[in-house]
Amino acid sequence: MENLNLFIRSIFVDNMIFAYFLGMCSFLAVSKNVKTALGLGVAVTFMLCITLPINYLLNTYVLQAGALTWLGPQFADVDLSFLSLIMFIAVIASMTQLVEMTVEKYSPALYSSLGIFLPLIAVNCAILGGSLFMQQRGFDSVFTSFCAGAGWGIGWLLAIVAIAAIRERLQTYSNIPRPLRGIGITFILTALMGIAFMSFLGIKL
Amino acid sequence: MAEKINWKTVFFNPFSKNNPVIVQVLGICSVLAVTAKLEPAIVMGISVIAVLAFSNVIISLIRNTIPTNIRIIVQLVVVAGLVVIVDQLLKAYTYDVSKQLSVFIGLIITNCILMGRLEAFAMANKPWPSFLDGVGNGIGYTIILVIVGFFRELLGSGTLLGYQVIPQWCYDHGYVNNGLMILPPMALIVVGCIIWVHRSINKDLQDE
Repeated sequence: MENLNLFIRSIFVDNMIFAYFLGMCSFLAVSKNVKTALGLGVAVTFMLCITLPINYLLNTYVLQAGALTWLGPQFADVDLSFLSLIMFIAVIASMTQLVEMTVEKYSPALYSSLGIFLPLIAVNCAILGGSLFMQQRGFDSVFTSFCAGAGWGIGWLLAIVAIAAIRERLQTYSNIPRPLRGIGITFILTALMGIAFMSFLGIKL
Repeated sequence: MAEKINWKTVFFNPFSKNNPVIVQVLGICSVLAVTAKLEPAIVMGISVIAVLAFSNVIISLIRNTIPTNIRIIVQLVVVAGLVVIVDQLLKAYTYDVSKQLSVFIGLIITNCILMGRLEAFAMANKPWPSFLDGVGNGIGYTIILVIVGFFRELLGSGTLLGYQVIPQWCYDHGYVNNGLMILPPMALIVVGCIIWVHRSINKDLQDE
């Protein structure tokens, strides 16, 4: 029940884009049409679901203060948490590369539609941000981390698909001042959607 | 390299014509998060300049030995190492600011400016031009951070760098700080307005 609660909160209340503004770069760059936006959104969700549990295990059994006690009592006061940034990003980058190679081998069709996005994902701040939030909030099990990861991923997916749909309509139906076309209006739109999503703040399930 | 690189354009282009934030649209996340006050914005800008310049040089030095398949990992590890150093330095000397910046120093690693410049410039150029490119882009990024931070702090809390700028008699006559400017969405709108002004001046950047 708590995990379900966390999952839903991660989608709406703690939305990666509208509450924390993480992963904006690819959000702005790849939201020109709904189809590619959906592809990137699925890829991000997938990576968040994989990397969050892995980084949780890494944090609990290697990096935390006293996490190495299982190696023997003499390691009890080792604190490697200053290494967490490097370790997290290494996990994310290598998982990205791994997934890229696996998808390329077993599902060429999916690869050709997803391919160009996979390298982009390694530098998507939403993914590293997810791992850092996991560390900061001290999630207490692998499944909890998975739920949060899935929720954040789906929230990101919703946001990018929504903005892509709006941008598609804007091109045909509205008359925007020339200097504001393209990226300028997207910034302002995202801001307005962010203000709208603020109404979810403070909701407790 | 046969084609001679003009150092001046490499260094000065990112200031306005090819600004990383408002033209290349890289590194937006941190622009939004750290600009509620001017001081963290400046610290963040300096950190990014340092990391960007040195990672550009390092990647440029080893560019011929990196296997293309794993280049992303190599680049990220170099950047992450530098970021950890910056993070520890900030914690040691400016603890308050580093607390305000919290996870965003860590997120410099995934700041797209870094990956963008490493991929686009440092992988193909010699160390010295790469260094200039890194510093130039870092300054371009800092300029936008400072502009956004300036307006948000002035209108949102009536201060600049923590000093009261809007005099007391304004408040006595009913002036109120605009609390909305402190919220992250307003940073997007300020950046949107900067883009608007910038593109009205530089007509060649406008979209169809």
